[in-house]
Amino acid sequence: MSSIGTGYDLSASQFSPDGRVFQVEYAAKAVENSGTVIGLRGKDGVVFAVEKLVTSKLYEPGANKRIFHVDEHIGMAVAGLISDARQIVETARSEASNYRSQYGMQVPLKYLNERVSMYMHAYTLYSAVRPYGCSVVMGSWSEYDGPQMYMLDPSGVSFSYFGCAVGKAKQAAKTEIEKLKLADMTVKELVKEAARIIYLVHDELKDKQFELELSWVSKGTKGRHQLVPREIATEAENQAKQALADIEDSDEGEM
Amino acid sequence: MAFMGDMINPLPFWQNGPAPAAFYNFPGNSSNGPIGQSTQDFKAHSANPITTTTTVIGLKFDKGCVIAADTLGSYGSLARFRDCPRVLKVNDLILLGSGGDYADYQYLRDIIEQKIIDEQCIGDGLQLKPKSLYCWLTRVLYNKRSKMDPLWNNYVVAGIQDGEPFLGAVDKLGTAYEDATIATGMGAYMATPLLRDALEKGPLDEESAKALARKCMEVLFYRDARSFPRYQLGVVTADGVIVEDPVELKHDWTLAHMIQMK
Repeated sequence: MSSIGTGYDLSASQFSPDGRVFQVEYAAKAVENSGTVIGLRGKDGVVFAVEKLVTSKLYEPGANKRIFHVDEHIGMAVAGLISDARQIVETARSEASNYRSQYGMQVPLKYLNERVSMYMHAYTLYSAVRPYGCSVVMGSWSEYDGPQMYMLDPSGVSFSYFGCAVGKAKQAAKTEIEKLKLADMTVKELVKEAARIIYLVHDELKDKQFELELSWVSKGTKGRHQLVPREIATEAENQAKQALADIEDSDEGEM
Repeated sequence: MAFMGDMINPLPFWQNGPAPAAFYNFPGNSSNGPIGQSTQDFKAHSANPITTTTTVIGLKFDKGCVIAADTLGSYGSLARFRDCPRVLKVNDLILLGSGGDYADYQYLRDIIEQKIIDEQCIGDGLQLKPKSLYCWLTRVLYNKRSKMDPLWNNYVVAGIQDGEPFLGAVDKLGTAYEDATIATGMGAYMATPLLRDALEKGPLDEESAKALARKCMEVLFYRDARSFPRYQLGVVTADGVIVEDPVELKHDWTLAHMIQMK
């Protein structure tokens, strides 16, 4: 595995003989090693849930958040190298501010997605810089467009999703997400599902402690992106822990 | 043209993109500027206010502050734009009123609103306080005037600062002062005595403060030649900021026939 790209993987400005840009693929590897992020787009809004791995008991709870606000109406959940991600967030904020200044309205997510994607892509063109080692999931709700969610990866490619997952347990998370009928669910239901899925796919053996970050943007929040209020988040977490305990208690054992 | 560039000095494709070996451009510095243009290109000059708004009055009461201003944008002596709201809710702690050139107010208003959005994005629960906005406004206005390029406005900043009501004014020269009652423009001459008299008798409660503000707006409409009977009231207390919809003044000119000019 480690010798696959030999010779053609030293710079992002080089193709390999089979047409791959290895640096971009290696950046995606950095994303795969990070805590899981899932995004769920429902009927009336978008929910993000992040499995924030806590590597030391000495950390202050709530430090190093992985969900960010971009402008008032857009949320961004990040996976991968967190400092790279913070730069993307800053760029997105700057673009959103620019749009607001020029056009007098908040930037529609579609346009912000294009700008951020092009920005991330720019870093895959030169040998002097490396691609961003992070994937970001952006979501918003507006009266005009309804709920929207996009996921961007280090290559600069982005898709619009109803449900997406990145990070360590993305395969397991995707399997769970596919079972949901997202288009019919409200954000209140999705928050519970998101919490449940994160608890389900979290690997207790490899990573001990984690914090669950939940955020949403919906018709109910009037298009404002916010962290899920504490009572609702705690209730969702408790239900998730209960669901996990039920599975372990039952005769089925492993999923 | 600014967009061309040439072989020797090519223009960059994008701002803040990958720039190998260049120094890092801290975000937020050039987000509003056109590509490649620096502030030295603009000539400094004294402004002429074009579309103007008149008095702003502000007064403190026991638990907060009230600000009132009418909604007229005058074009010289023409009462041109009748829906120019100028009492702004900045955040849950701050109310801002503005008089003077309306375009200059709109410019600063957009900048202040972006400040608040940037603060919300940080999401640490800390909010801009009235005294901070007051100080920032003073610095901006003073520095602009010192370059002979003023923002031709009078601002009244009201809010709750560390649990106490705060009321301050900043003018186009960057003069800043705090007081329990503030009136700018024509109101400085006409409303100030009314406001100070009432406060001398003792602190007001919210209802009497609002009534006093409404009374002042009425007096100003009768006497200020650039005023308008529709005005907005804003109230800030520890519970938050409410900017009411514009209301119409009831005015009575029946005594006009009694006035005799020799």
